[in-house]
Amino acid sequence: MTSKTAPSTLSFLTGGIAAQAVKDSFKKFHPKLLVKNPVMFVVAVGSLMTTVIVVQEPSAFNLQITLWLWFTVLFANFAEAVAEGRGKAQAEALRKNRSQLVARLKTLAGERSVPATQLKKGDHVICETGDVIPADGVIIDGIASVDESAITGESAPVVRESGDDRSSVTGGTKVLSDRIVVRVSSEPGSSFLDRIISLVEGSKRQKTPNEVALTILLSALTIIFLLVVATLPAYVQYAELASGQTGGALTSLPVLVALLVCLIPTTIGGLLSAVGISGMDRLIRKNVIATSGRAAEAAGDVDVLLLDKTGTITLGNRMAANFFPADGIQPRYLADAAQLSSLADETPEGRSIVVLAKERYQLRGRDVSEVAGHFVPFSAHTRMSGVDIPKEGSGEIERSIRKGSADAIKKLIAGLGGSFPKELQTVVDEIARKGSTPLVVAENALVLGVIELKDIVKGGIKERFLQLRQMGIKTVMITGDNPLTAAAIAAEAGVDDFIAEARPEDKLKRIRDEQANGRLVGMIGDGTNDAPALAQADVGIAMNSGTQAAREAGNMVDLDSNPTKLIEVVETGKQLLMTRGALTTFSIANDVAKYFAIIPAMVGGLYAASPDSPGPLSVLNIMQLSSPQSAILSAVIFNALIIIALIPLALRGVQYRAIGADAVLWRNLLIYGIGGMVVPFVGIKLIDIIITALRIL
Amino acid sequence: MITVSELIQLMLYALALFLLTPPLGKLMAMVFRGERTFLTPALGWLERVAYRVSGIDPDKAMDWKGYLWSLLSFNAFGFAVVFLLQFFQSSLPFNPQQLPDVSWHLAFNTAVSFMTNTNWQSYAGEVTLSYLVQMLGLTVQNFVSAATGIAVLLALVRGIAGRSTGSIGNFWADLTRSIVYLLLPLSIILSLFLVSEGVVQTFSGSRTVTTLEGVQQTIPLGPAASQVAIKQLGTNGGGFFNMNSAYPHENPTPFSNFLQMLSILLIPSALVYMFGAMVNARRHAWVVWGVMFFLFAAGVTLSLWSEYTVNAVTGVGGGMEGKETRFGVANSILWSVATTAASNGSVNSMHDSFSPLSGTVAMMNIMLGEIIFGGVGAGLYGMMIFIILTVFIAGLMVGRTPEYLGKKIESFEVRMAAIAMLLPSAGILLFTALASVADAGLAGLNNQGPHGFSEILYAFASTAGNNGSAFAGLTANTPFYNTLLGINMLIGRFGVIVPMLAIAGSLAQKKITPLSSGTFPTDTFLFGVLLTGTMLIVGALTFIPAQVLGPVAEHFLMLNGKVF
Repeated sequence: MTSKTAPSTLSFLTGGIAAQAVKDSFKKFHPKLLVKNPVMFVVAVGSLMTTVIVVQEPSAFNLQITLWLWFTVLFANFAEAVAEGRGKAQAEALRKNRSQLVARLKTLAGERSVPATQLKKGDHVICETGDVIPADGVIIDGIASVDESAITGESAPVVRESGDDRSSVTGGTKVLSDRIVVRVSSEPGSSFLDRIISLVEGSKRQKTPNEVALTILLSALTIIFLLVVATLPAYVQYAELASGQTGGALTSLPVLVALLVCLIPTTIGGLLSAVGISGMDRLIRKNVIATSGRAAEAAGDVDVLLLDKTGTITLGNRMAANFFPADGIQPRYLADAAQLSSLADETPEGRSIVVLAKERYQLRGRDVSEVAGHFVPFSAHTRMSGVDIPKEGSGEIERSIRKGSADAIKKLIAGLGGSFPKELQTVVDEIARKGSTPLVVAENALVLGVIELKDIVKGGIKERFLQLRQMGIKTVMITGDNPLTAAAIAAEAGVDDFIAEARPEDKLKRIRDEQANGRLVGMIGDGTNDAPALAQADVGIAMNSGTQAAREAGNMVDLDSNPTKLIEVVETGKQLLMTRGALTTFSIANDVAKYFAIIPAMVGGLYAASPDSPGPLSVLNIMQLSSPQSAILSAVIFNALIIIALIPLALRGVQYRAIGADAVLWRNLLIYGIGGMVVPFVGIKLIDIIITALRIL
Repeated sequence: MITVSELIQLMLYALALFLLTPPLGKLMAMVFRGERTFLTPALGWLERVAYRVSGIDPDKAMDWKGYLWSLLSFNAFGFAVVFLLQFFQSSLPFNPQQLPDVSWHLAFNTAVSFMTNTNWQSYAGEVTLSYLVQMLGLTVQNFVSAATGIAVLLALVRGIAGRSTGSIGNFWADLTRSIVYLLLPLSIILSLFLVSEGVVQTFSGSRTVTTLEGVQQTIPLGPAASQVAIKQLGTNGGGFFNMNSAYPHENPTPFSNFLQMLSILLIPSALVYMFGAMVNARRHAWVVWGVMFFLFAAGVTLSLWSEYTVNAVTGVGGGMEGKETRFGVANSILWSVATTAASNGSVNSMHDSFSPLSGTVAMMNIMLGEIIFGGVGAGLYGMMIFIILTVFIAGLMVGRTPEYLGKKIESFEVRMAAIAMLLPSAGILLFTALASVADAGLAGLNNQGPHGFSEILYAFASTAGNNGSAFAGLTANTPFYNTLLGINMLIGRFGVIVPMLAIAGSLAQKKITPLSSGTFPTDTFLFGVLLTGTMLIVGALTFIPAQVLGPVAEHFLMLNGKVF
C-alpha cells in the first residue's frame, strides 16, 4: 500500500470532521433516522422510558443508567457521523470545483453561452484552452490535453481525442490545450461528477443485500431478548410468591431496560452502517468509485477474475526482439517490409518494430506521408494490420504487406493461393514456446518471415496471483495471442487459466459460462468492445481512461486506470464482510459476561434465608462485583464504551491477509469470538472497581 | 459411584448407534431417491397400491408452496380424525372398558399432540382412551407425524442439492416411502423383539387380580407392543400406559430397555447420514453428527455426575427415587437425555425426581429446539436453523457473503431462519410467564418453590419443542393448560416447518457456487466448534434467566440444604 492511499484512523478524527461529526451525531437522534436502525431504535425507546422514570423517581442509579443509555445511542450516531464525515468533506471539495459553469453550446448559427445545468443529452459544446468541460461527453472533433485532477487527483494531463478509445471526457475536468467539440452524453444532474458526489457523500446510500440480511438477524435477536426481558418480571413474581418474600429482586424498569440494552447486539447494531460507509470510503481512497455498495460487497465474493494480459499481467509493451526471415528472403528485405507495415502503427509494438529495423539494418523510419500507401489498421476480427502500396501512377496495388498472427496470415495466404513455409512454422512454435509473440509478415501471397515480440511480465505479479489462489480466486488471463504464446506467459505469470486468441465475444461467453456454474466474475476493461463483458460481469471495473460506453457498463470506475486495481478491490470487499462478521461475533459473545453481571444482580436476593443474607443465586456473581447497582451500571457503561472503542476498527476494517478461509476463520474466531467472551469480564470488573472507588452510586 | 457395568452399557449404546447409522442412512438415501433396494420386491407393491388408491402421481414435482399445502391439509385431516374419534369414543367400537367421551379441550390437546409428533399426554392412556382411539387415531399419527418430519427434511435436502429449480419433490411420495420402507418394517421388527421380551399385545381389557398381599389391583393391558415400537422409532414418545416405559408391560427387561433407547435415536441419527449422502456432503454430515453426539454425551456426563454426587440433603448419591430398579441410575439418565435430545418424550423414570442439574440438562436439550439428533426429520431441519445462523455469522468472517453447501444465504433465508428460531422461543417464554402468574396456571402445581416453576417451564418447553415428555408433578388436564399447551405445540411444529419449507424453496432456485479455498468450510472440526458455540450461546442465552430461576436456583438451594 502506498503512502498516498494508506488509511489512517487518526485522520478521521482531525479538525473539522470530528467537530462536524459531533454535531451530526445529535442530529441523528431524529426518530425518522433512528428507526432505520432497529437495534438502536430499541435502545432509544428504552432510554426514553427510563428518562420518564428518572423524572418521577430521581435517584443516582436511575439517573446514571439513563445517561449511559442515551450515550449508547449517541456513540452509535457518532460512529456513523464520523464515517460519513470524510466522504462529505470530499464531496464538498468536488462541488466547489464544479462551481457555476458556463457552456459554449454549438448551434447552427455558431455558438451561444448557456449555464451548464441546462445542457441536454446530445447537445454539442465547444471547449478551448482554459475551459472547464461542462458535462460528460464524447469528443466528436479535435484533440486536446485535459487536466483530470478534479476527478482523479492526478495532476499529469492526459490526451483525449475523437474517434478512439480515449474519446470520452468528464464534466468538471479542464482543457489545457487545443479545441474540442464534445457531444454531451448525460442528462443534467446525472453526470459522472454528480454521481461521484452523491456516492462519496453517501447521501443515497442504500443498504446492501448482506447488510439487509444482517439487519434482519440483529432484529430477530433484539426481539428474542425483548421477550426474555419482558417475561422476566413474571418469573420473578412467581419466585417472590414461592419464597414468601418481596423485594428480593431488582426488576425496576431501568434495570430491565439496562438488561435489554446489554443483551441486544448494540455493538454491531451501532457500528453496522459505519462499516458499510467506510468500506466504500476505502475504495474511494484507492481511487475506485463503486456505483453501489452492492458492487463493493460482491467484490468480496468474486470467484474468477478475468484479466487482460496486456497492462495487467505484462508491462503492456511487447518489444520486437528479432527478425527470422523465411528461406530465400534477405533479412534486410523482411525488416524493411516490417517497418513499412508498422509506420502507421502507433502502438508500442509497432514502434518497437520500426526501431528494431533501424537498429539492425539502419533502415530509417520513414514518415507516414512519405509512403504513398494505404495503411490498414489492426482489427480484432482480421487480427492483422499492414499497408497497401500502389504502383506508381496507378491505383493498382503493387505491394500488399500484412503482419499479424500466424493463424491470420496462414488464412490470408491460403486465400491468395500461397503456402506457409514449413520451416517457418518451427520458428513460430519456438518463439511462442518461449512466451514471446511471433508476428508473421507477408507480402502478397509470399511469407517473408517472422518478428519475435517479447512480452515482459510485471514484477511481483506471480506472488499476487498466488495470494489470490489462496483466497480461492481463480485467475483467467485473456489475450489475443496464440495458445502457445498464451500458455508460456500464463505459466510465467502463474495464472490458473487463459483464453488465447480471444475476441470480445469470447470474453462475454466465458463470463456467462462461469456464472452459469455459480461463480461470481470480476473483470476490468476499458474499450468499447469491453462494455458488454463489463455489464455482464458481477464486478466490472471500467478504467477512467476508457470509453464512455465502458464506464457506463461497469459498476466501478478506477480513476487511476490501473488494471491491477481489481485485486485491491476484491480485498476491500472481503475486508468489509469480515469486519461485519467479526463485530457481530464479538457483539454476541459479549452477552455471556453481561448475563453474569446483571442476572445475579437482579435475582441474587431471591430465596434468601433472611432478608439480610444474600440469596443462593448470588454465587453466580463470579466477577465479585461490589453491589447489584454497580454491577448493572458497569455492564451498561461497558456496553456504551465498547462502541466508541471499536469505531477505529469499524472504519479501518479487520486486518486482511491473503490466507485460506480456514486460517482466516481461526484467526478471527480467536480474536473476536474468544476475545468477545473474555474482554467484557475484564472490562465490567474494571468499571465496577472504578465506580465503586468514585462512590457515585 | 457409577459402576463398570454401567459404563460398559453406555459405551455399548454409543457403539451400536454409531455402527447402525451408516447402513440405515444409506438405505434411506436410496429409498428417497426412488432407487430400487432389497426392500422393493417385498414392499414395492404396497407403495404402488397406496399411490393407486389415493390417485397420486409420485413423480409430479411440487414447488414449496404446493408441498406445504399438501402437508398442511394432510395434517389438518389427521387432526380432525383424532379429535372426532376421542370426542365420540363412547359410541364407537373397540372400547371394552366403556370409557366415556373425552372433553373438548383434552381432545384438542391430544389431537394436536399426536399430529405434531409431540405426544404430550395430559391424560392417562389406559383409563382415558379406547383401543380404537389408540390404534386408529394415535398409532396412525405416530407413523404419519414421523413421516411428515422426514418429508420436511427431504424437501430441505432437495432445496440444498437442487440447481436452479423450483421443485422440492412430492410430499405424498415422500410420506408414503418413509412409512412403507422405513417406519413400517422397522417397527414390525422392533415389536417382535419387544413381544419376545414380554411387552403385552392383546385386545382384552384390564385384569383385576389379587396380589400376594391380598389387595385388589387392576393390571391394564392392551395392544401395546405395536404402539411402543413406533412411539420410539418415530420419536413420538406417547406411551400406551400412563407410566410410559417405566411400566413393566411397556418395558419389561434391561434388553427391551436397551432396544427402546436405541430406537429413539436410531432414525434421527441415520437421517444425518442420509442427508450427507443426498446432498453429497458426507464429511459435513459427519461433523453435524459429531456435534450432536458431543452434546448428547456431554448431557449424559453432566447428568450422571450430578446424579451420583452426594445430595446435600439426603446424604445419598445415585438416589433411586423415581427410577426403576431393573434399569438403575445410568440407564435412567441415558434414557432421559436421549428422550429429551430426540424430541421423543417417552420416559422410563420420573424426570421430576432427578437432581436439579439433570433436570436442567433435560430441559436445555428441549429448549435448544430438539436438535441433538432430535425428532425424526425435525431434529435435522431444526438443526438447520443453527447451521444457517452459524454459516451466516461466521461465514462473513472469511470475507465472503455467507454460503452453505454452495447456496448463498441471503436475507430471505435469514428471515425465515429467524422466524423459525423466534416462534418456539416466544411460545415458551410467553406462556411460561402467563402460567406462572395466572391463578389457573398455579392451580396445576404439585410442588413449591423453584421446582414448581421448573415444572411449568418444562411443560411449555416440552410442547414447543414437540418433545412431549413431562417433568411430572404438573396437573395439566385442565382447560387452561390443555389449550395453551396445544397452541404451543402448533407453534413449535408449524412455526418451524413453514419457514423451513420456504427456505427449501428459495434454496432450490439458487445456483451452486463451487467450493474453493476461499469458501467457508463446513466440513471441519472448526465448523463443529462454531456450530456448538452458536447453539450454546444463541440458543441458551434465550433461556438463561428462566433456567436460573428454576433448576439453577433449586440446585443452589439444595446445596444450602433446602429441597422442594
